Amino acid sequence: MKQMRPNDMMLQVSMRLITLIIFAFSFYLFLAGHNNPGGGFIGGLMTASAILVLYLAFDMKTIKKAIPFNFTTMIGVGLLFAVFTGVASMLFGFPFLKHFFDYFQFPIFGEVELTTALPFDLGVYLVVVGAALTIILAIAEDDK
Amino acid sequence: MTALHWATISPFLLAILIPFMYKYVRRIHTGWFVLILPLVLFIYFLSFLPVTANGDVVLRSVPWVPSLGISFDLYIDGLSLLFALLISGIGTLVVLYSIYYLSKHKEKLNNFYVYLLLFMGAMLGVVLSDNLIVLYVFWEITSISSALLISYWFHREKSTYGAQKSMYITVFGGLSMLGGFSLLYVMTGTFSVREIIANVDLVATSSLFLPAMILILLGAFTKSAQFPFHIWLPDAMEAPTPVSAYLHSATMVKAGIYLVARMTPIFGGAAEWFWIISLVGLTTLIWGSISAVRQKDLKSILAFSTVSQLGMIMSLLGVGSVAYYFNDGDNALYTTAILAAVFHLINHATFKGSLFMTAGIIDHETGTRDIRKLGGLMTLMPITATVSLIGLAAMAGLPPFNGFLSKELFFTAMVNVTEYGIFSVETWGIVLPVLAWIASIFTFLYCAILFFKTFTGKFQPEKLAVKHVHEAPIGMLISPIILGSLVVIFGLFPNILAYTLIEPAMAAILPGILEPGEQFYVNIYHWHGFKLELWMTIGVIAIGTIFFLTMKKWSKSAFYRSEQDIFNHVYDSGYNGLIKGSQVLTRAQMTGMLRDYFLYMCTFIVLLIGYTMFRYDAFAINTDNLSPIDPYMWIVAILLVISVVAVPFINNRITAIIVAGVAGFLVALMFTIFRAPDLALTQLLVETVSVILFMLVFYHLPELRKEKIKPSFKLINLIVSIAVGVMITLVSLSAFALGSETDFTSIAAYFIENSKVLAGGYNIVNVILVDFRGLDTMLEILVLGIAAIGVVSMIKLRLKGSEDV
Amino acid sequence: MEVLMSIVIGIIFTVSVYLFLSRSIIRVILGTLLLSHGVHLLLITMSELQRGAPPLLNLDADAYTDPLPQALVLTAIVIAFGVTSFLLVMAYRTYKEHKTDDLEELRGSADE
Repeated sequence: MKQMRPNDMMLQVSMRLITLIIFAFSFYLFLAGHNNPGGGFIGGLMTASAILVLYLAFDMKTIKKAIPFNFTTMIGVGLLFAVFTGVASMLFGFPFLKHFFDYFQFPIFGEVELTTALPFDLGVYLVVVGAALTIILAIAEDDK
Repeated sequence: MTALHWATISPFLLAILIPFMYKYVRRIHTGWFVLILPLVLFIYFLSFLPVTANGDVVLRSVPWVPSLGISFDLYIDGLSLLFALLISGIGTLVVLYSIYYLSKHKEKLNNFYVYLLLFMGAMLGVVLSDNLIVLYVFWEITSISSALLISYWFHREKSTYGAQKSMYITVFGGLSMLGGFSLLYVMTGTFSVREIIANVDLVATSSLFLPAMILILLGAFTKSAQFPFHIWLPDAMEAPTPVSAYLHSATMVKAGIYLVARMTPIFGGAAEWFWIISLVGLTTLIWGSISAVRQKDLKSILAFSTVSQLGMIMSLLGVGSVAYYFNDGDNALYTTAILAAVFHLINHATFKGSLFMTAGIIDHETGTRDIRKLGGLMTLMPITATVSLIGLAAMAGLPPFNGFLSKELFFTAMVNVTEYGIFSVETWGIVLPVLAWIASIFTFLYCAILFFKTFTGKFQPEKLAVKHVHEAPIGMLISPIILGSLVVIFGLFPNILAYTLIEPAMAAILPGILEPGEQFYVNIYHWHGFKLELWMTIGVIAIGTIFFLTMKKWSKSAFYRSEQDIFNHVYDSGYNGLIKGSQVLTRAQMTGMLRDYFLYMCTFIVLLIGYTMFRYDAFAINTDNLSPIDPYMWIVAILLVISVVAVPFINNRITAIIVAGVAGFLVALMFTIFRAPDLALTQLLVETVSVILFMLVFYHLPELRKEKIKPSFKLINLIVSIAVGVMITLVSLSAFALGSETDFTSIAAYFIENSKVLAGGYNIVNVILVDFRGLDTMLEILVLGIAAIGVVSMIKLRLKGSEDV
Repeated sequence: MEVLMSIVIGIIFTVSVYLFLSRSIIRVILGTLLLSHGVHLLLITMSELQRGAPPLLNLDADAYTDPLPQALVLTAIVIAFGVTSFLLVMAYRTYKEHKTDDLEELRGSADE
């Protein structure tokens, strides 16, 4: 992670490609979760490992620039997502965490199912990514 | 929620606002805000007087825990109204008094009034609740608020000691009372007092009658400071004097009296009830009055006198319960005791309240409560002296004050006992009036000591810290004067109470023994003629006076010198013994070694599960309905076993991680075999991330070493771990066998059917996670977040300058 | 299969308990890791194995495996990850502070 050696070049180029693929796949897994294997947990873990791969190839500073998130905050944001999805249904007089879904016609995508479980799952996703990376980076950065 | 409910919880609501008033309105004494509430409540409760006087009751119901039959039912009859009036009435006077007693500059008034209001609300709840569980909850709140008030000056060691003591004793009683209530529920199937009284036959014939009675009486006796639980009350005198006047003489200690009165229709008529309550009451009466003579502190004398007076009321309730045995409400022979109890309850609240307040005034103005330092205050504090004299005369049972009337009735009731001819009173009954009479002599004696030592004799300014002793400000005197006037008014015209309060209260304590439409008829009068009671009173005065005049002689004796109650030693040594014992026990098992704790846990798990399974004959193996094993499954299983078993033998940390990782990936493979694609994916990813994490951490940690442990330890470890493993295998097999033998329908069917219909998702596992069991998932990610934050704080935040974290 | 799995789970439990009882903090953590595997497999096994298709309704099967234990285990896996990493970091910090990973040396003083 510290010094550039010639064969790091290979690693970095291939890693960029691989990471992109993993990212895309993790996002697919996350969205597919409602109907196929996948979902917030799996998508989140996949994203976390993609970012970890990046860390293996590049040094800390580069990544901090490329992914300007604070992962600890991400946990909080994720939790808020989950809670607000729950509270939202209460505003309409339904119990906490009651979910809704319906099918809509969109010009390009055709019929698409939209569900309130998705923002909830997004919360799960964010918490998982945030927690996994927070834990690992906390140790990795503690080089004393 | 009805007006009555709001009235009951209004003190709690006001308590929430008090800290803000204290903080933002510093110029006005917070007590003035508080004062309004008990006054309004008093007037509100007065409006119920005509209702109960007609023999009617008020019931307001709000469901609380309907599934357990617990509802917040409030119930007003003569008894609860009497107490509600006492609580709000004395409460008003005490708050008024406290405004002058507690300085707004020095004291934490917000704490004081919050606790006081908590107590007031809880006490109202106790006397108004019909449901026993609700009653219990309020009962415990009174214990807690009482302890908080006793430890109000918490920097004094004695205050916290007294608070702790009162808490232990009353909470112990409260818990046994809860046990008694539960037994009542077992017998009758209801927690409602009214319904239990309606089904009293179920109680009387049950074998649980006696246990329930004793448990409930324990609650009442501890709360009302009955012998031998009375020891907490003198120590409770460390509380500010308004608190002593309110909680520890007028209201809270009478909660036990209230409970006994409330339970009289349920248990009354039984010999045990009669004897236990009468004898405990009389023992308390005599013990309290003798102990009071020995005290040198004004408040201690009053504390022991409260103990003895409570004993007196208690014994009257015990004696009065015979009315149920004879089932005759018209005959005054049987009902005088209850009449005396109710009447004395009111009288005691008035004169003892005023006495505590005057004691507080003396303390406030002279700086001491020690009667050896006081004297000659009559000329300096004439109003205080007058009020004290009235209160003390009433307590000593002198005419024409109200105490005289109730004391006479008390004697009548005790003498009546000898004529009952039941419960073997013909042999033992004579004990009651004799004990009552002896106790009254001591009562007279301590009243005399209290008055003459404080107000007459030589004024000793050199012993006082305060230079200029003078009469208290008028605001402080208002409350004791009002109470003192009531002592006189009730003494001269007792029958203004008879119709309004006493008759309805008697009807509430003794329901069902009158014919419908009938009412108790009470007429209290001063002159009975030269009957036995009058001679008893004259004897008390004569012998008491002799004792007082010869005080110089016996005041040198050891009896007078030591003030300590012997039961304090019992309490203290018991308390210390408990602490020492638990320390020894803790040290024996808490070795500080992880291995020992794991050993305890594992052993207990194996023994507990093993015993339970053996006891219910639950071990079973069923091989009928197994799913088939393909050859590759064998390979996966064997590889898994090998990689797991290898872990303990590896002494290289990197190898250990890799082997453990292999085990993890094999588990993921197992999940695919078991048709759980989501699990397999998750396991795969978690394992990847975990291995990275382990690598990072192990980079810093030392190399694994070969364990150097004793062979005997190794053997124990091996035995315990194999035992756990075998037990788990057996449990797993039995669970499977049980599942295939019995015809449980899995709840999975619901999820499979509804996943598409209700949640619009095809992946059932995911639907369960985000929809059906969404709350679980939310809490789970919360846990994950907490773990992450814990990790960050362990690494990034370090306590400064401390090695020993 | 269920019997085989029960035995495998028993072995996993045995090994992890044995690791718990050792003196090295690293071995204890490896023990928790293995124990969580054992528990997850136990939960899955108890609900009868391999009955029906994976719980995905778009497979249009006649029967599905029980989805509930799977959902439980999924949460359990993630929680186990959180717990293990927490313990791991705790061990790491302990080692940094006290320079030893031996639990015997780490025990508190007797009069605590």
